[in-house]
Amino acid sequence: MATPILSLRQVNKSFGPVHVLKDVNFDAYAGKVTALVGDNGAGKSTLIKCIAGIYTPETGEFIFEGNKVTIAGPRDATALGIEIVYQDLALCDNLDIVHNMFLGREEKSGITLNESHMESLAKKTLDGLSVRTVKSIRQKVASLSGGQRQTVAIARAVLWNSKVVILDEPTAALGVAQTEQVLKLVRQLADNGLAVIVISHNLNDVFQVADNIAAMYLGTMAAQVEKDSVSPSDVVKLITTGKSDVTSGAKK
Amino acid sequence: MSEQITMEKSLRDWASRVKAGQVGALPAILGLLVLCIVFGSLSSVFLTPGNFANLLTQAAAVTVIAMGLVFVLLLGEIDLSAGYAAGVCGAILVIMITEMDYAWYIALPASILAGVVLGAFIGYLVAQLRIPSFVVTLATFLAFQGLLLLLVSEGGTIRIEDATILAVQNKNLSVSASWIFFFLTAGAYVLSGLWKFARRRKAGLVDNLFKFWLIKTAILVSLGGLATFALTVERSNNPDLVSLRGIPYVVPVILVLLVGATFVLSRTSFGLHLYAVGGNAEAARRAGINVKMVRISAFMICSGFAAVAGMIFVSRANSISPTTGGSSTLLYAVGAAVIGGTSLFGGKGKVSDAILGGLVVAVIDNGMALLGYPAGIKFMVTGGVLLISASIDAFSRRGSTAT
Repeated sequence: MATPILSLRQVNKSFGPVHVLKDVNFDAYAGKVTALVGDNGAGKSTLIKCIAGIYTPETGEFIFEGNKVTIAGPRDATALGIEIVYQDLALCDNLDIVHNMFLGREEKSGITLNESHMESLAKKTLDGLSVRTVKSIRQKVASLSGGQRQTVAIARAVLWNSKVVILDEPTAALGVAQTEQVLKLVRQLADNGLAVIVISHNLNDVFQVADNIAAMYLGTMAAQVEKDSVSPSDVVKLITTGKSDVTSGAKK
Repeated sequence: MSEQITMEKSLRDWASRVKAGQVGALPAILGLLVLCIVFGSLSSVFLTPGNFANLLTQAAAVTVIAMGLVFVLLLGEIDLSAGYAAGVCGAILVIMITEMDYAWYIALPASILAGVVLGAFIGYLVAQLRIPSFVVTLATFLAFQGLLLLLVSEGGTIRIEDATILAVQNKNLSVSASWIFFFLTAGAYVLSGLWKFARRRKAGLVDNLFKFWLIKTAILVSLGGLATFALTVERSNNPDLVSLRGIPYVVPVILVLLVGATFVLSRTSFGLHLYAVGGNAEAARRAGINVKMVRISAFMICSGFAAVAGMIFVSRANSISPTTGGSSTLLYAVGAAVIGGTSLFGGKGKVSDAILGGLVVAVIDNGMALLGYPAGIKFMVTGGVLLISASIDAFSRRGSTAT
């Protein structure tokens, strides 16, 4: 396999006496979708929060584009080009799409907002993602559907020439048609050359969109495998027991 | 042909926005229109130039407080002490001028600074300690009332004789100055709008709201012209003795505040952050916005506006008393902001709404007084109007989040 853009090696994280991440290894590849699966409490959220700089692991190495880096806070992650889209999306309903995409990082000319520049950039980003479902990018986010909101949140994450985009349960609250639409968008992101990390509970989604599956079990990385080498039942086994015939056979 | 289509489209866009609950200032405009027609037909005095000028000066102080309150209401917070903050700052102004012999251009900035400091105190308690603003400002409401009483001393009033401060509410621009003021304002408004559209066109962004803007601007400019004309008519009962013509000085004062505040809210990132914090504070925080600073600044701006309102109160009454800014002032100001279309839930509203709402409140007050209704009825009607606006607000909120 190609060299990963982002690698985590032997990452450990504890909250008080609770050892949440145990020697976790994880890789994400540019142009690929890596699905992060695991049962509740397996440590998926903690892992991505470590990547996004919200938590700092006690030990372990981060290798980004071949260099060892330290991520001490969200700003460090952002500076490297790592963006995270939370499950609750964190959008402001009362602002329009453009303002949401640029919130906190507005383009300015002098002291005033450069609205037309922001609008063109937002439009270009959405066009680049082949998004054609929004009527006007000046409409308020409150008037958007769940799938469209997810689209806006994702577009905001890729606006900044980011290299790694982490999506936390992007389809959890969506209907069938909207799930389809968001999965297509996730695929589009990877095809545009980004490394995409998707947390999901839905194995159908995972098998539809992922190139690569990383399964966590009780704070350990049970296995990170290519999708084509496993079946859904193997993944279920990995999630529930931490072991599977495929991986034990392949690794040893 | 194609222009016809874009026009229709923009109207349809607008109609769907109204249906989706983004009614904005529409109810207040309609309400103002209805009130003016009703009072105009019932009272022979209501629609006279003299009463119009009177109405503007009556509305001024409450409107300015309401303009400041918009900043706080945008965050979903409230400042119950803004009325007495106006009183305290007015007292500081009067004491500095009358008792300490400072010039107005030193005393006025000092009193505004005092207002900003009071606001910073409130803002700190709300933003840092996360005490609900309702409770904090209820406490400061009492405290400022006490402070005002101590400053002015019980039962007393302090007169002010500074010509400049008194001129704000008691003098008018000359007739020619009034027209110059009108043409400059209208010209600046039209040019800034055209400039915005030109910039968007240059950036290659399509716009179907241009015609809509043209109509709105035409209406606004003609209304402004009409108002200027009405105000330049002689309104003195005895013109030979003393002539009373022109725009009251307080109008340009409010206009400057309006332009400044609107600029901050709609063109700067600070303004955008205010809306963002009011809409979803957690999202704003994650976007890297300093939510605490935004909160504190909003209260500072609110009390700063209240200080200006204090000056307007003082100018109108020629003095400061322990009740300046008290009684129904704050309630009228909150009412004005909400009637104009500012949401009590935060995240929605404009400073111009406060002016509209301030006019509605003043028209009810003025019109019912002219018709000889007692104060009790006036309060009840104003309360009713406030309730209606709050229901429209709550209703439109439900409409806009139905998806």
